[in-house]
Amino acid sequence: MDSILEAIRAAVRLIASGDATLGEIVLLSLSVSLSAVAFAALLGLPLGAAIAVGRFPGRRAVIVLLNALMGLPPVVVGLVVYLLLSRAGPLGELGLLFTPGAMVIAQTILILPIIAALSRQSVEDAWREYEEQLRSLGAEGVGAALTVLWDIRFSLLTAVLAGLGRASAEVGAVMIVGGNIDGVTRVMTTTIALETSKGDLPLALGLGLVLIAIVLALNAAAYLVKEAAQRRYG
Amino acid sequence: MILPLRLDGVAYRGIIEPLTLELGAGPSTVILGANGAGKSVLMRLMHGLLAPTGGRVSWSGENPRRHQAMVFQRPVMLRRSALANVAYALKLAGVAEAHRVATAALEEVGLAHLAHRSARVLSGGEQQRLALARAWALHPEVLFLDEPTASLDPTATREIEALIRAFDAAGTKVVMATHNLGQARRVGDEVLFIHQGRLVERAPVDQFFARPASAEAAAFIKGELPWV
Repeated sequence: MDSILEAIRAAVRLIASGDATLGEIVLLSLSVSLSAVAFAALLGLPLGAAIAVGRFPGRRAVIVLLNALMGLPPVVVGLVVYLLLSRAGPLGELGLLFTPGAMVIAQTILILPIIAALSRQSVEDAWREYEEQLRSLGAEGVGAALTVLWDIRFSLLTAVLAGLGRASAEVGAVMIVGGNIDGVTRVMTTTIALETSKGDLPLALGLGLVLIAIVLALNAAAYLVKEAAQRRYG
Repeated sequence: MILPLRLDGVAYRGIIEPLTLELGAGPSTVILGANGAGKSVLMRLMHGLLAPTGGRVSWSGENPRRHQAMVFQRPVMLRRSALANVAYALKLAGVAEAHRVATAALEEVGLAHLAHRSARVLSGGEQQRLALARAWALHPEVLFLDEPTASLDPTATREIEALIRAFDAAGTKVVMATHNLGQARRVGDEVLFIHQGRLVERAPVDQFFARPASAEAAAFIKGELPWV
């Protein structure tokens, strides 16, 4: 018990001292996950909206698949991206393996289904409610779609934050494609895994605390934004 | 002028049997019938929200869409202010000075004091008045109303009915679906009685209630519900 308390104390000291290594790792984690979220949102929001309002053969199968992909195991994503980017793989020439770029690609693939599936649900519900009224008013096509997307922007923000939470907390994909290289591709989750097995508990715990704080802050932000929007706009 | 509206053998799946009628300017028309009779579907066919599976819906003038509006049973408001909701409709219709016209429409329905309140936090009655303002601001030649007071309390219902009568008096052709006999009497000049997807009877409102020509209409008025 004492050793755990001692480790926690050391972890807090490490955070409070503004340790450079720790700061670097946190920054890289955030930049990788935020980039992945940006790409996934850019692709996932329009994809979700298109599936929500589109009518095409196989639509239901696509929705089931998309929902299933929300639970994609990170290690499997990591493995597939590893195979694609490895020297012998189809994208090997890009030389991306074991770089932050590879980690961004893996996390983008991991959270794209989350953002697409959640936004698909929001857009579909909204569209069911708005369609007749908007058509009656003469709004059609892209104009109507933009009106609906803007109107549910807070629900969409929640979908994006869910993706960010998933990206910043996963370890399997970034471990495989990043390689956990010190100073290059070492992020919070991979460092925690490594330092724990090495027995350096203060650094692992310190990063764990930061990670939990970030995830908590994201969820609190999502909740507060949604609640404020609900109060303001109904 | 987009009226008269002509329906030639208009049918929709099994819900509306082939139906031919003409609606001209002037008297307000109430589409009366039990729940599930096909009132809403008939109105959506007229307004163009549904394409008929048989027959033809034809308006007389140019750009008929622009000259009609519809108010639904449940008002659908965007997450923006009451004023912005009306202005949104006006901008879609290409009306200049959307804000000034929208403000005037809100005054018309007695919502000017709530203009900057978010539309979705208004009460049900206020939202329906806002929906009327949004439709009215477009100065439609024809205003469709689909059970506009079905989910409102008596006070809000009276306010809505007063507004509908005012729009009627101002020269807008009112076409309203309802299953409420009192409302049909208060608002309508003529009745289209729909039963199981068929137009059973069309008559001036007084005549319809005093001497219904069909057994179905007589039963409906008496409150006997042979279709239940």
